[in-house]
Amino acid sequence: MFVGAIFFPLLGACISGFFGRWIGDRAAMWSTVLCMALAAICGSMAFFQVALGGQPATVTLFTWMDVGELEFAWALRYDTLSAIMVGMVTLISTLIHLYSIGYMSHDATPSRFFAYLSLFTFMMLMLVTADNLVQLFFGWEGVGLASYLLIGYWYEKDSANAAAMKAFIVNRVGDVFFMLGMALTFLIFGSLEFNTIFAAAASKVDETFLGLPALELIGVLLFLGACGKSAQLGLHTWLPDAMEGPTPVSALIHAATMVTAGVFLICRMSPVMEYAPVALAIVTVVGASTALFAATIGCVQNDIKRIIAYSTCSQLGYMFFAAGVGLYQAAMFHLFTHAFFKALLFLGAGSVIHAMSDEQDIRKMGGIWKKIPVTYLVMWIGSLALAGIPIFAGYYSKDAILEGAIAAHSGVGAYAFACGVIAAFLTAFYSWRLLILTFHGKPRADHHTMEHVHESPLVMLVPLVVLSVGAITTGFVFAPYFIGDNATAFWNGAIFNLPAKHMMEALHHAPHWVPTLAKTVAISGIALAVVIYGFMPQLPGRVAAMAPRAYQFLLNKWYFDELYDRIFVQPARRMAVQLWQVGDVRIIDGMPNGAASMAATTARGVVRLQTGRVANYAFAMIIGLVLFVSLYLMGR
Amino acid sequence: MGFPLLSLITFLPLLGAAIIMCVRGEEQVVASNARWTALWTSLITFGLSLILWAQFDKTSVDFQFVEQLSWLPEFGVSYIMGVDGISVLFILLSTLLTPICVLASWESVQNRVREYMVAFLILETMMVGMFAALDFMLFYIFFEAVLIPMFLIIGIWGGARRVYASYKFFLYTLLGSVLMLLAIIALWYQAGTTNIAELAEYDIPFNMQVWLFLAFFASFAVKVPMWPVHTWLPDAHVEAPTAGSVILAGVLLKMGAYGFLRFSLPLLPEASFYFAPFIYVLSIVAVVYTSLVALAQTDMKKLIAYSSVAHMGIVTLGIFTFNQQGIEGALFTMLSHGVVSGALFLCVGVLYDRVHSREIARYGGVAKIMPAYALIFMLFTMASVALPGTAGFPGEFLVILGAWAVNPWVAFGAALGMILGAAYMLFLYRRVAFGRIIRDDLKSLLDLSPREYAIFAPLIALTLWMGIYPQSFLSFFSVTVAELVQEHQAAIGAASRLAGL
Repeated sequence: MFVGAIFFPLLGACISGFFGRWIGDRAAMWSTVLCMALAAICGSMAFFQVALGGQPATVTLFTWMDVGELEFAWALRYDTLSAIMVGMVTLISTLIHLYSIGYMSHDATPSRFFAYLSLFTFMMLMLVTADNLVQLFFGWEGVGLASYLLIGYWYEKDSANAAAMKAFIVNRVGDVFFMLGMALTFLIFGSLEFNTIFAAAASKVDETFLGLPALELIGVLLFLGACGKSAQLGLHTWLPDAMEGPTPVSALIHAATMVTAGVFLICRMSPVMEYAPVALAIVTVVGASTALFAATIGCVQNDIKRIIAYSTCSQLGYMFFAAGVGLYQAAMFHLFTHAFFKALLFLGAGSVIHAMSDEQDIRKMGGIWKKIPVTYLVMWIGSLALAGIPIFAGYYSKDAILEGAIAAHSGVGAYAFACGVIAAFLTAFYSWRLLILTFHGKPRADHHTMEHVHESPLVMLVPLVVLSVGAITTGFVFAPYFIGDNATAFWNGAIFNLPAKHMMEALHHAPHWVPTLAKTVAISGIALAVVIYGFMPQLPGRVAAMAPRAYQFLLNKWYFDELYDRIFVQPARRMAVQLWQVGDVRIIDGMPNGAASMAATTARGVVRLQTGRVANYAFAMIIGLVLFVSLYLMGR
Repeated sequence: MGFPLLSLITFLPLLGAAIIMCVRGEEQVVASNARWTALWTSLITFGLSLILWAQFDKTSVDFQFVEQLSWLPEFGVSYIMGVDGISVLFILLSTLLTPICVLASWESVQNRVREYMVAFLILETMMVGMFAALDFMLFYIFFEAVLIPMFLIIGIWGGARRVYASYKFFLYTLLGSVLMLLAIIALWYQAGTTNIAELAEYDIPFNMQVWLFLAFFASFAVKVPMWPVHTWLPDAHVEAPTAGSVILAGVLLKMGAYGFLRFSLPLLPEASFYFAPFIYVLSIVAVVYTSLVALAQTDMKKLIAYSSVAHMGIVTLGIFTFNQQGIEGALFTMLSHGVVSGALFLCVGVLYDRVHSREIARYGGVAKIMPAYALIFMLFTMASVALPGTAGFPGEFLVILGAWAVNPWVAFGAALGMILGAAYMLFLYRRVAFGRIIRDDLKSLLDLSPREYAIFAPLIALTLWMGIYPQSFLSFFSVTVAELVQEHQAAIGAASRLAGL
């Protein structure tokens, strides 16, 4: 069961990838779905046994490396933290595989797509069940590869290729810090296995490295790694571009699972992070800033997928600042609920795009809600959950995060709370902006497209319905386990909270005005969007015209791409050419080539002396003779 | 002294070469005979070397399979062969790559096939001999003799600028080697022997160590190649035939690093320690500088050649960390680079055989017409960017771990290679395999032939095996490297105590 949950997806990937051409697309697609379903069954069983039954387990496969005192193995570690992820990833991945059968039905090479998708799932599962940092890094890079392949799946499109490369390279920037974090961990702990690290963390508090507290440095390095994968401020630029991939990919990888790997890493390393208060403060500030920053951009984007992408970025910020204030449980809870409603929103958006003949610009939609009622309904459910309206899943987790930020009683906590509340308002606002512009108003698409608007096939609707059930129920069903009364038994030591901080108790004693405030801002955000876009459709244009600078600033995503292009990409390219043409060709090669040509020139000069005329030689001899004789005479 | 297995592995290819030389007849028949003889000889040699793999005692630090014959007793020079944990896998690498090279040249080499195969077999003898030699003089002979067949392979079967490239290659490497010869003579003059095991016991005064180190450095650094004496490599690669590039990248580049490990570290511990910061700087420059240069290349082979220099920067860095992780990482990188860059050159060769161009801009959209090829190329691209689970990762990871213990900034410099490496390899892959097909003649390309599958199959298997279960390779090194590290630390410790007095 434990092994099956992880390796069935790999089996599916191999069948579809290597034999897809022989067994046909249909068989390849359904075989991966079958493998994923088996994995989901195993994964759910593992979740019940490990998380709800309280029986963690570790399956060691075989030694990976054993070099000096460094030793680690391929192993599957099942504790509550990984069981949550395994259950969630296998379930959502199965639904998305199913959905893709419908969505990719017109594609030329679906077997390749399904192989990548299953490969991704396998890598993600390896990541979450790792029992040492290196295996986690294996999954980490593996999901990066799968994401690269899937973003660039339509490789004939230049923009897709560029986005894929960008995703891989920006992720690599984070990975460098992850790698260095591992190196430092090894230097301090003498091991990269979680059990050893966690057991020794408390005793290493006073260790320093380069004059800095070692655990703080480890925390910061690993967080920088997490920033890359989880698209936090500064390294977020790849995520919106990643929307070049097919929509199921955006749902699975760039919303529900892979991008949350960074949050997972911080939670996994909680026994170390808890002893690194400065690192946690950095996590909080960056997370909170990202939550707000991404939400501001989300308000002005026009591509349906990009809006949701920025919303993902923003929600990841929530998870990070929750972890930063020490509420890893709430971070994981939000990760869990977010996976359902964000996958739902993306798949719903995919259904809209499918219906609108591949149109993604919400300015060219509108007036289609009657034609695609199921999609319309599930988009509402997803948005309600995202905005944090009571009963829906997002309410419970977002509320816990905001309460936690206040309960932390610290400066960074207050900052995070402020950012979180404003972002919650903006989230509600842009979600309803999207809903209204997409579904309501007068149709803005051309006649031809409008005639083709149709509800998606059943194979796409079933996952949508299942996910919307998740988006409604996961909140109140799991709240007692993740953050409520059963939390201690549920987590079973998988997450470490410094006892002195009392975060879990503080959560329950948060001021009562916090949930009220959260609800109020969410509802007022919705109301504002409804008023503006529902009743005064001219207003947004006028506001944009009044403050063109601010509008352009937001529309161009705070000019991050341009900035990075200016300070990294262009100089690197110029330097590459310079180093090659000047450094290698002119300077380094210039020396031997110059020496060679000098030798050749000298030789040619010497050759000229040998004219073959006896007179010349005789003349030279006489001169020589005269010289020697005179020297001889003078010397005496 | 038992069965002379090492000598047999070393000189069997020479026998094959002699047989090929004796074949007479029509040109077609001779060519075909030469190919098959070369293939079988190299396959048998590989089979024999597998005995080494199977019978090697991983728990012993001693040299194994030792053979000793008196050669020039009055000069203390003898014929000694033997392997330890450092060298044994390189013999296997050499014997594995040779049959692959023979297969890779099956159709692409059509003129002077007999001479070509003879050159390759002689090359194999010299490579294996070099890794097995335990006498410094013997080592030097093999080390230099490698140059001759390689010079001919580039100079005769190479591309348009082959003469320039082969001379550059030859003169660069020879110039360094001459200094090494002087150093060997000086060493012999002092110690009275050239036996490596005996030399290791001999204490060389520090002043002399410095000079000897510089002389060795001149030779090995060119072979590695380290920045700034690397420029012969791109030219040599570009002009060499595919199989030549494979051997050049796969084995010949390892000779310099092997020399550092076999001679500089054990014989000159204090000088090595003294010069280590200098090596770090050169290595980091190699990683960053050549990665950037690779980014600007327009020729596929040149790009991969520059990436080789960057990878070898990781190797020299790892060797001079003087700790277990760093050195084992360096050794592993040497092996994995041998497999992966060899495979990448074969990938370029596949396209070159079909289109006869190495220009990157000439391609685009190959993934559409050659999906199997694109998959294999992707695998080796990922191995080259050190994706965990492929051969490239364990080495790079261990070197960064080892380097961090010495100096975190050095580790950071090496880790920058992770970003730049990903950038240039993915940029290459994107321009070759992805995108729309613009040129019509590409549309008629055929995917891999069975012969090409046969070439790639062992390399694919190795790439994954080395990534997923590197322990089966690392276990060969560990005891020998542990001993090396320990002796090095003892020597440094003794020296610093002496300085303290």
